[in-house]
Amino acid sequence: MTRRPRGSLLVLLLVWLFVYPVLLVVLDSVRGADGWTLEYVAAFLREPREWEALWGSLWISLASVALAGMIGVPLAIVFERLDFPGRRILGALVALPAVLPPLVGVVAFLFLYGESGFVARALTELLGLDEAPWRLRGAGAILLVHAYSMYVYFYLFTRAGLAKVDASMIEAAHSLGSGTWTTFRRVTLPLLRPQLAAAALLTFMTALGSFSAPYIFGGGFRVMTTQIVASKLNGDIRMAVVEASALALVALMGLFLLRRQAETRSVVAVGKGTPPAARALAQPIARWGATALGWAFAILLLLPHATLVVVSLVPLGTWTTQLVPPEYTLANYGTLLSEPERLRPLVNSLWMATVATVGAIAIALWAGRLVVQRRATLRGLIETLVSAPWAIPGTVLAIALATAFSMRAPWVARWVLVGTVVILPLAYLVRNIPIAAGSILAGFRQLDPSLDEAAASLGAGRWRTLRAVTVPLLKPAILAGGALAFATALGDFVTSIVLYTFETRPISIEILSSLRAFDIGTAAAYGVVLMLISAGAMLVGTRR
Amino acid sequence: MSDAFLELSHLTKRFGDHVAVGDLSLSVPRGAVLALLGPSGSGKTTTLRLLAGFERPDAGTVAVDGRDVTALAPAQRCFGMVFQHYALFPHLTVSENVAFGLAGQGAPADRDARVTEMLSLVDLGGFGGRQVSELSGGQQQRIAVARALAPEPRVLLLDEPLSNLDPSLRERTRREMRTALDRVGITTVFVTHEQEEAFALGDSVAVLNHGRLEQVGTPPELYEHPRTLFVATFVGRASVLGGVVTGDGRVRLDAGVEWPVEAPQELAAGDRASLAVRPEAVRFAEAGLAGTVMERRYTGARALFTVRVSGGTVEIEAPAHAVSVGDSVHLDVGRALAFPEEKE
Repeated sequence: MTRRPRGSLLVLLLVWLFVYPVLLVVLDSVRGADGWTLEYVAAFLREPREWEALWGSLWISLASVALAGMIGVPLAIVFERLDFPGRRILGALVALPAVLPPLVGVVAFLFLYGESGFVARALTELLGLDEAPWRLRGAGAILLVHAYSMYVYFYLFTRAGLAKVDASMIEAAHSLGSGTWTTFRRVTLPLLRPQLAAAALLTFMTALGSFSAPYIFGGGFRVMTTQIVASKLNGDIRMAVVEASALALVALMGLFLLRRQAETRSVVAVGKGTPPAARALAQPIARWGATALGWAFAILLLLPHATLVVVSLVPLGTWTTQLVPPEYTLANYGTLLSEPERLRPLVNSLWMATVATVGAIAIALWAGRLVVQRRATLRGLIETLVSAPWAIPGTVLAIALATAFSMRAPWVARWVLVGTVVILPLAYLVRNIPIAAGSILAGFRQLDPSLDEAAASLGAGRWRTLRAVTVPLLKPAILAGGALAFATALGDFVTSIVLYTFETRPISIEILSSLRAFDIGTAAAYGVVLMLISAGAMLVGTRR
Repeated sequence: MSDAFLELSHLTKRFGDHVAVGDLSLSVPRGAVLALLGPSGSGKTTTLRLLAGFERPDAGTVAVDGRDVTALAPAQRCFGMVFQHYALFPHLTVSENVAFGLAGQGAPADRDARVTEMLSLVDLGGFGGRQVSELSGGQQQRIAVARALAPEPRVLLLDEPLSNLDPSLRERTRREMRTALDRVGITTVFVTHEQEEAFALGDSVAVLNHGRLEQVGTPPELYEHPRTLFVATFVGRASVLGGVVTGDGRVRLDAGVEWPVEAPQELAAGDRASLAVRPEAVRFAEAGLAGTVMERRYTGARALFTVRVSGGTVEIEAPAHAVSVGDSVHLDVGRALAFPEEKE
């Protein structure tokens, strides 16, 4: 009797969801109406603008890693190793940029630091200038946003790493005669390497796939993600397909190179000891100086959030040349909720994010069950597949889905989904799979596998075991993964802009069109709603 | 055995090239307790998992009361299982754990009554409302037994039931468990690597080695009449000496002395043989096998002496002050068992 290996159905589903579409894109870039051709690739390579965009994507990503590291690592060391008044609350506040969806963060920056934003207006007024002292455009603007939103990765990873460093190792280095700086350079830093590499990988991939910042602030500055969307919107599908393949290739290479660093076995786990206690700053000046600096930094971090709230209260067309808006009202929120056409994107985003999150959780649970089974043959493959969508930039995925599901050919598993209500939830679902799986698989690995067997030996079938044992025990993991996935889907902009239809337009698209209509109050109000729902979801997800 | 209730026939399980269980046949009468005894890697746990249905055998069958259950899923087998680490559901209370297997059986009131009955069976009446994490190791073990027994399984399976308990707690728990099993009268199979546990709990003991059944029998049968060298040395203490069969029931040891032996397996004159000798079956004598006392392990009135002889060491149980370390002594044998020498 030959039996299908367990999990082959899940593998098929995952392959169909994103491996197959991405492969179709790659194939489409080297195949024309009359068979194989390098014509499109050659057209891509001949175009200097494409090289410019590719180079732009690459250096922006590397610079983002460097900047985020330079902010995040020292910050982590300060908060993990030094003790001063307010350390706990400030340590939590510092992670706040994470609750701003990418597009909302970009919009907040626009209102705050843009040429007609608060800071520029204040300076113009103060210095008596005729026009704004700067324009928020190009690489600098993109890097500013990236540094703001991505240092959090370095901050969180480094803190987690530092918390695992055994104090006796530091003490051993000191007793062998090395000073504080030498010890840090020769002991602590090497021990942190896996965490730093993981943070660098996450930052690099996020920056490479970043779309909102270049799209809003790029101006003449080209990166691959905006280039792909522009080609697609111009109807040059072939070019979009080749560009998507090129970006996917860069992403893959980055993943390969950085992954090897991250997978170096951590020596930290060897020590069983506790991390060194945070050193209390003794001198009052140092103590209160640190606290003051901490609060100043926290306020700086919270300015975008605050800006968004203030701008959301500005009625349409009232804020022209004044330093601060002259009128404030809740009318923007009123129209948002009372006008059906304004409410629609909110409802769309909510139901699509919900469906995508529930789907991703279901797939993650399915994968988790298989992965923890003793002797599951497809274990490795499933683990790779559920984490893989993370390495595909959102734009590439959107182009892939748009390519794969724009024709009807059921015999090769292709249907017309583009333009239907299915396509966006599907795209969100794929992007949610690695987020939900990361947390849920980790939860599964901590479960005693005999619990399942115990339920079975007591007569419980597969569904009762899942409902009465597995899900209740995994509740924290499901909530955490689900909340993060939900917030991500809710704020999605990059896949939405390629795949949305008028009926299914999500909040991000509506923010964009409000901005284009100079209706900044409505755009900000949507942003605030998005921010609040995301923060609420995170709160639910991290509650213990 | 005609009154077999649980019957394993020719069970075989391979993992890749490794044969975990090879052609194992065993039967357990209704209400009897069978111990599966063996070192780690002997296939005893795999056998238990095959019985529970967590693993599918590559060949062979499991039958209960004459009905083949090999193809049934664990949930349909009505076998209760107590796991090595108990596998109590941490999110449920003690009562909810015990009631887990009763879902859909009878009225709620009956189920509650059954839970109460089970809790008092394991002497934990009144613990129903507790969280699992509030229980001690021994209490968790008893709850695991109560949970497995609650749905009235046809067979109870126990995986190293006492291995996670403090040594001081083990003996008491063992006695309580034996009482509970007797009271319920359930057919039981349990796995252990400790001979003492197997002998104390099992009506019969099956000794496994490398996935094969070496011997099955009552504890006295195994101790007094081991059929293989492995059983002789694994069950109880025994020293092993090499020699050559000289003829009718005698073996000439490599040290030159000839000893009378019993041979459970066929041995011909001239064959190499391994002799297994129990510590209590050897005594110090005026003449015989010459050796030097290397060690004395004092246990009170009697002591266990290790004597180095030509070709090995022999353990002897004797009065504590019979000889001293360093003495030259001679050994005589009361009873020795000869087995064909195993080739390395």
